[in-house]
Amino acid sequence: MSLPPYARLLGVTLELVDDLPQIVMPFGQHVVGRPGFLQGGAIAGLLEVASVAALRHALAGETARIKPINGTVDFMRGGRDHVTRAAGEITRLGARVATVTAIAWQDDRARPIASARMNYLIERAGR
Amino acid sequence: MDWDPTTITRYLLETPSVAGHGGRLGQHYHAHGDDWVEVAQPWHADLVGDEDSGLIASGPIIALMDIATSLAVWHRVRSFVAHATLDLRIDYLRPARPHQIVIGRGECLRITRSIAFTRGIAHDGDPDDPVAHVAATFMATAGHYPRVGA
Repeated sequence: MSLPPYARLLGVTLELVDDLPQIVMPFGQHVVGRPGFLQGGAIAGLLEVASVAALRHALAGETARIKPINGTVDFMRGGRDHVTRAAGEITRLGARVATVTAIAWQDDRARPIASARMNYLIERAGR
Repeated sequence: MDWDPTTITRYLLETPSVAGHGGRLGQHYHAHGDDWVEVAQPWHADLVGDEDSGLIASGPIIALMDIATSLAVWHRVRSFVAHATLDLRIDYLRPARPHQIVIGRGECLRITRSIAFTRGIAHDGDPDDPVAHVAATFMATAGHYPRVGA
């Protein structure tokens, strides 16, 4: 699975953990909002990359275009100057629409800094 | 200090020592009115989320709308207040045209003692044909927002 140019701007990498994709984002000035904290947009971007990675993984190589319909991002805690990880979980993968819930965390996955629920239109090849 | 949305937007996004994520994305001040502020996000190859279409990823648009709606809150109270985004919902109404600058316009709907409600649109030239619509809420992290009339 390759990540888009925007993922390279964020400086994220993809890791497979227990055979599921996780997106890892080191801290840096390029993702800072107020001093010492991650910008909400960078966290949202990380959640978006994790959501699409989870979908690509679930589609398992099937040729499909993934188009965002809408999404809601909840910010639970400030993102500090640590590595942030994010993973998406497929809530529903239908023929045309998929819903993904993603969370981002730093030290403890049980204490997420943000979550997102995203809806995507799936355009499968040949349909 | 007198409130000036142009100065603070340029300070936050265009001052190299201050501008973090928004600066890396290349965002800059665009315009403002009595009750709105606009921030510009120029197209750049680094921002592409889908290489087949050349479409900008949704992350930069959310970052754009987060700062535009934040600025709208500060513009409403005519001062900078430390606050944190509680949540942000975005509807992608249509794809932005590739290579086109995207403008994020934020408006503040109401400010309570500690919560600010906003909405915004992103457009690529025509505000009547937006590419995205957002609703975002903020919380004053140090206690409360200053009181505003009406």
